[in-house]
Amino acid sequence: MSASALTISGVDKFYGPIDRGVHAVKNLTMEIGKGEIVALLGSSGCGKTSTLRMIAGFEEVSRGTIAVAGRKVHTLPPVRRNVAMAFEGYSLYPPLTVRENMAFALKAARLPRSEVDAKVASIAKLLEIEDILERYPSSISGGQQQRASLGRALIREADLHLLDEPMGQLEPQLRAVLRGRIKHFIKERGLTAILVTHDQTEANALADRIAVMEGGVLQQFDTPDRLKERPANLFTGTFVGEPPMNVFEAFVGTAAGRINLRLPDGLSLDYDKDAFSAPVRDQLLSRERVVIGIRPYAVRRSKEGVPARVSANQWLGDQTHIAADFAGGSLVLVEHDRTRLDLGAPINVSIDPKNLHVFDQASGMAISHGMELA
Amino acid sequence: MEHTSLLERILRGVALTLVVIFFMFPIVWIFMMSFQTNETILRIPPQLIFEPTLANYTALITGKLMTAAGTLDIAFMRNLWNSVFLSVTSVAVSLLLGVPAAYAFARHKFRGSEDIAFTLLSFRFAPALLVLLPLTLYFQKLGLANTYIGLIWVYQLICLPLILWIVRGYFEDIPADIEYAYRIGGHSWFATFRKIALPLAGPGIAAAGLLAFIFAWNNFVFALVLASADKQPVTVGALAFITSSGIQYGQISAAIVLSITPTLALALYAQRYLVEGLSLGAVKG
Ligand SMILES: Nc1ncnc2c1ncn2[C@@H]1O[C@H](COP(=O)(O)OP(=O)(O)O)[C@@H](O)[C@H]1O
Ligand SMILES: [Mg+2]
Repeated sequence: MSASALTISGVDKFYGPIDRGVHAVKNLTMEIGKGEIVALLGSSGCGKTSTLRMIAGFEEVSRGTIAVAGRKVHTLPPVRRNVAMAFEGYSLYPPLTVRENMAFALKAARLPRSEVDAKVASIAKLLEIEDILERYPSSISGGQQQRASLGRALIREADLHLLDEPMGQLEPQLRAVLRGRIKHFIKERGLTAILVTHDQTEANALADRIAVMEGGVLQQFDTPDRLKERPANLFTGTFVGEPPMNVFEAFVGTAAGRINLRLPDGLSLDYDKDAFSAPVRDQLLSRERVVIGIRPYAVRRSKEGVPARVSANQWLGDQTHIAADFAGGSLVLVEHDRTRLDLGAPINVSIDPKNLHVFDQASGMAISHGMELA
Repeated sequence: MEHTSLLERILRGVALTLVVIFFMFPIVWIFMMSFQTNETILRIPPQLIFEPTLANYTALITGKLMTAAGTLDIAFMRNLWNSVFLSVTSVAVSLLLGVPAAYAFARHKFRGSEDIAFTLLSFRFAPALLVLLPLTLYFQKLGLANTYIGLIWVYQLICLPLILWIVRGYFEDIPADIEYAYRIGGHSWFATFRKIALPLAGPGIAAAGLLAFIFAWNNFVFALVLASADKQPVTVGALAFITSSGIQYGQISAAIVLSITPTLALALYAQRYLVEGLSLGAVKG
């Protein structure tokens, strides 16, 4: 990650007049190193495609600058940006076969015929579309079109590969296989790629770093591990991770040298003052109300914990998801054994302070993760 | 294929036959008249059995019209050539101007683009006769009256809006991303227009061109006013068959048959191409 492959600074996107139209991307700043794979993760309509299209040059940048490999490109036409892209809607050329579609992408490079053929063959093998190379886009399935479109992007050499939901149409098994191969392909060639997805499994599996977006705003840009362990705010905390993080509002109180986090329904999580590190304790005690978050994996059942009542129990084949009525809301916990619990059964849960994420009640910004300040 | 009962199919067949007979009858009748003399045509009651004669066609092709009052010179073949020349050239000019314009209107929305496009369409609303008088005066001043160039120019009023609006629709139906995919691969705007947009809109351009050709071919009033005998197309030339000694139905019929033949041939030829083009409908996906 030496040189910068992409630098986006202060980019805004308005559809329609500036400051009055649809504000699709808000003050986006991010930097991607050469050879990195970055995932843009977010729900539908959060501005992922808009961001990609601005980088490619199909949408004007309303404000801010974009540089690819150190060159400012946001005012250049797409031809001169040297990026490759796989489109959300595939956008294959209907009058050409799959093979021609892919070979066409290499036309500008003016390679000898044999080299083009070899490249097409190797990409087709990678994406398992060898048997449909001679077919026309209108006669193949959505998943096949998607792979052809992905192939057309990967076959090119470019400073940046932009992949807009490149595997959304594929069946799960194939998707899992291709993820591994594509990652290997990109890493082996030292390509830089930005992958748009709303599937966090895909983002986790492929990306070195994930940019979480919501409402046109970049929420957090970090490695998959850090996103899980140190979510910057309540949004990333609840968005990343499956099943989602449990969150509750809590009043912070002290009694007899203990800190208690009072939850609705008269419940309270009670901790020894020394269970928290000093800085975290200071932060907690300086506030009246906070939002606490606990990952489902971190919730333990124990005899002396806080009472809850089972409301659903699902065995997924390798883990059990238990939902329980708790503190006026619902608490999800995950266990790795097959747990048999009847609906309505009382259980007691305890939460280790090391696994507690604390967020500011008003802004949603993270205050602490376990023993460390955010 | 949906399932239909035998009765349904018979009824449908009968209905279709009736419609076809109704619409084809005048053309068939004209075709038959073109092989008859005026006497057999005007016989009452009309008869389906007659002795065919090629006299009408011979008269048209040689340009000598025999009437009761003597021999008349007519310029039918000249008119036919004028029609072909005027229509083909007008459509060609319209395509040259209209297709890039249609692409611009489809792809680049700018302030007022909608208004300009509509203004161009509104040329078709103007009653020809209203436009003609001032136009004639201008043309006489400019020396364009009774020239091919002047006529082709005026024919743009007929062809250009048609081509512009039809082709624009076809361009709009091509997803912009297909073009973007090409442009991002290192191709210029113009190469994209030529290599992607034009071929994909091909069937639409052909359809629009054909339609414009038919409209141009059938135009009567512009040529009537703005052109003298040697520049007139068949539509105007047909007036020559109304002679002092009566209307030459046989020759008129033969003239009609000859003058619809090129459009018919073109339509039949283009039809194959148009149907082929329709299978590209997947573009719209
Ligand atoms: N061409 C457009 N005109 C107007 N609004 C648009 C256009 N494209 C996208 N938007 C809006 O911008 C927002 C972000 O869209 P998009 O970038 O496509 O989201 P995503 O790819 O994350 O689903 C959405 O609210 C969408 O409705
Ligand atoms: Mg999108």
